[in-house]
Amino acid sequence: MTATQTKSHTIIAWLEDKPGVLNRVTGLFSRRNFNIESLTVGHSEVKGISRMTFVARGDERDLQQVETQLDKLINVVHIADVSQEPTVVREMALIKVATSGQTRGEIMQLVSIYHASVVDVDMTSLIIQIVAPEDRVDSLIKLLDNYGIEEMVRTGQVAMVRGSSRHGHSHSAATVAANGNGNGHHA
Amino acid sequence: MSELKTGGQIIWESLIHEGVEVVFGLPGGTILPTYDDLYKYNYPVHHVLVTHEQGAAHMADGYARATGRVGVCMATSGPGATNLVTGLATAFMDSTPVVAITGQVPKTLLGRDGFQEADIRAISMPVTKHNYLITDIRDLPAALKEAFYIARTGRPGPVLVDITKCVQQDSMEFTYPATVNLPGYRPNRLTPDAAVIDRVARLLNEAQRPVIVAGQGVSMAKAEVELRQLAEKANIPVATSLLGVGTFPATHPLSLSWGGMHGEAYCNYALQECDVMFAIGARLDDRLTGAFSTFAPKARIIHVDLDPAEMGKNLTIDTPVVGDALLTLRALLPQVEPNEHPAWLGQISEWRSDTTERDILAQETDELVAPYVMRQLWHATNQGDCTVVTDVGQHQMWEAQYFYHTKPRSLLTSGGLGTMGYALPAAIGAQMGRPQEEMWVIAGDGGFQMTMPELSTVMQERLPIKIAIINNGYLGMVRQWQDVFYNKRYVGTPLFNPDFVKVAEAYGIPGRAVTRKEDVFDAIRQAQNTAGPFLLDFQVEEFTNVYPMVAPGKSNADMIRRGRPVEN
Repeated sequence: MTATQTKSHTIIAWLEDKPGVLNRVTGLFSRRNFNIESLTVGHSEVKGISRMTFVARGDERDLQQVETQLDKLINVVHIADVSQEPTVVREMALIKVATSGQTRGEIMQLVSIYHASVVDVDMTSLIIQIVAPEDRVDSLIKLLDNYGIEEMVRTGQVAMVRGSSRHGHSHSAATVAANGNGNGHHA
Repeated sequence: MSELKTGGQIIWESLIHEGVEVVFGLPGGTILPTYDDLYKYNYPVHHVLVTHEQGAAHMADGYARATGRVGVCMATSGPGATNLVTGLATAFMDSTPVVAITGQVPKTLLGRDGFQEADIRAISMPVTKHNYLITDIRDLPAALKEAFYIARTGRPGPVLVDITKCVQQDSMEFTYPATVNLPGYRPNRLTPDAAVIDRVARLLNEAQRPVIVAGQGVSMAKAEVELRQLAEKANIPVATSLLGVGTFPATHPLSLSWGGMHGEAYCNYALQECDVMFAIGARLDDRLTGAFSTFAPKARIIHVDLDPAEMGKNLTIDTPVVGDALLTLRALLPQVEPNEHPAWLGQISEWRSDTTERDILAQETDELVAPYVMRQLWHATNQGDCTVVTDVGQHQMWEAQYFYHTKPRSLLTSGGLGTMGYALPAAIGAQMGRPQEEMWVIAGDGGFQMTMPELSTVMQERLPIKIAIINNGYLGMVRQWQDVFYNKRYVGTPLFNPDFVKVAEAYGIPGRAVTRKEDVFDAIRQAQNTAGPFLLDFQVEEFTNVYPMVAPGKSNADMIRRGRPVEN
């Protein structure tokens, strides 16, 4: 057996938007003992096809298993590991921080440094919204923790490959669905 | 076209479109509308009433394995559906094409925890290739079409279609779809790239100590002839997996029998010492490999399978080949050079002559032991011209060791899930699919009792199934583990058995108990010469164990061998 090196991988899966499909995906993760760090899912640009981004940690064998086992699910149309490609990866967080007259200014400075924004204010708290790569979100949270985080929600990461889809690296749902070639099988 | 059809009628008409001749099932409240529609279609589709839904799933599985066609079972919601689960999991682990149709509570009651509601779609998700919950009749024809298509194509497997009662009662204009629309499913029969075939051929041509490992996938692709051509052209010995038994004749000079936990010693030595392993249509699971890290340490492994997820799942593979077994062998054959491998075959022959199955037969001279029964059965069936359906445990291993299978699909057994209780219902399904075949059930006394009530199904359908119980009064394989790993503390393994011959008689099935070695052949002949079913209760020596044996998690190199024969 080769020495195992575990790394985080960002993987995009295109799913048919059918009832129970998310159940199939998460059930597979748990049954196969896959280690998933984050998962987000929502509509793609094509009706009927959802797009899921997830981050999985493991060695080469683990990741190959994640991809091939997921691809075997009938409702998974396509899957791509974009870790090696130039990508834009973003996560969004909403963070409610306790404030007082003294701390509000300091917090606003941090918000500005992190290109975050304040989306709600009252006398004792602020809701801060940040859209950034995961490590920057982590870093802001760590700083805000000093003031007392009352509530927090994170979306998990979403990813998109840079550049035009027409230059070969096409990960558009339309292309993916068309290349599925399961359409119109005479059976 | 313009005539309205009920959901129930659509189900039966879809089955007829798929060529289904027999359905194994048991009705209940939420599937009753469909059963009520059956009387209109009774001629083309025969319904076999079972005693327990687990039996229905195993029957569909046995039917599918024996015929290569999709087996169909049917059950009601709630407990009817959950009773199918063991059978679906059995089919899933062994890649058997089965379609299960279940009734579900009406849509308006879904999620209300009403009588006999169970979320069988969620429950069956990890043990089916795919499944459906149909709550709108407009989705029904496509779901049924897809279910059969998915079950039988690519790597086959079970598909469950859960259909609410209201859908079965609803009606619509019906046309069975001609095509499926499954953008995420690509079951194409692949021929590997030429470059991959070149590499495989080069590895095989340069190998000094090559071995082929053939699995059930070879039979599924109907590639037994090509497998044999490859083996004979290059003189490569062939081991099989347990499910691969029958893909290569066990009596062939190049046969290594089968390998793994209870495989023949010479087979395991050959697997451990080979320099190139060509594994085809076998998933290389832990029962075959022993500890993954110690398996075939000197070998470059070529793994041919049509399921990409099998590549490197358990082992480090030198050359993964995603492809259809038949197309791969056809592409490979012209490029493989004739070869003799005299030193390697000589070495194997030396291992083979060291300790083989003859030893246990020669050793136990007086007592009735199961290996002897297996060999006598082989002789009595004109050297294996029958289908054997085994249960799970010691008898299953002995059957595979001592009964030489020479035809494909002639051994049906639960290899992956190891489901006790499989044999009798699976044999019922197999016999329904192949009425002319001589069908033998071999089961232990423990497993047989798990699905024994299906004896009534045997009689109901007037099937001439011959049943051999290997009765040692224990859950034998578990007892063997207690012998070897738990210092002979027999907790929960001694059995309180009924008189199996009397049980059979209660169902109207004649039987005979056999306690002496000299009666074995005659008893088998009596079973064969009796029209209809017959039960043989072989009361064998209690403490005989199955050897060779590899302890779980250990290397196949560390086998516990059989004892040597007493020299005469």
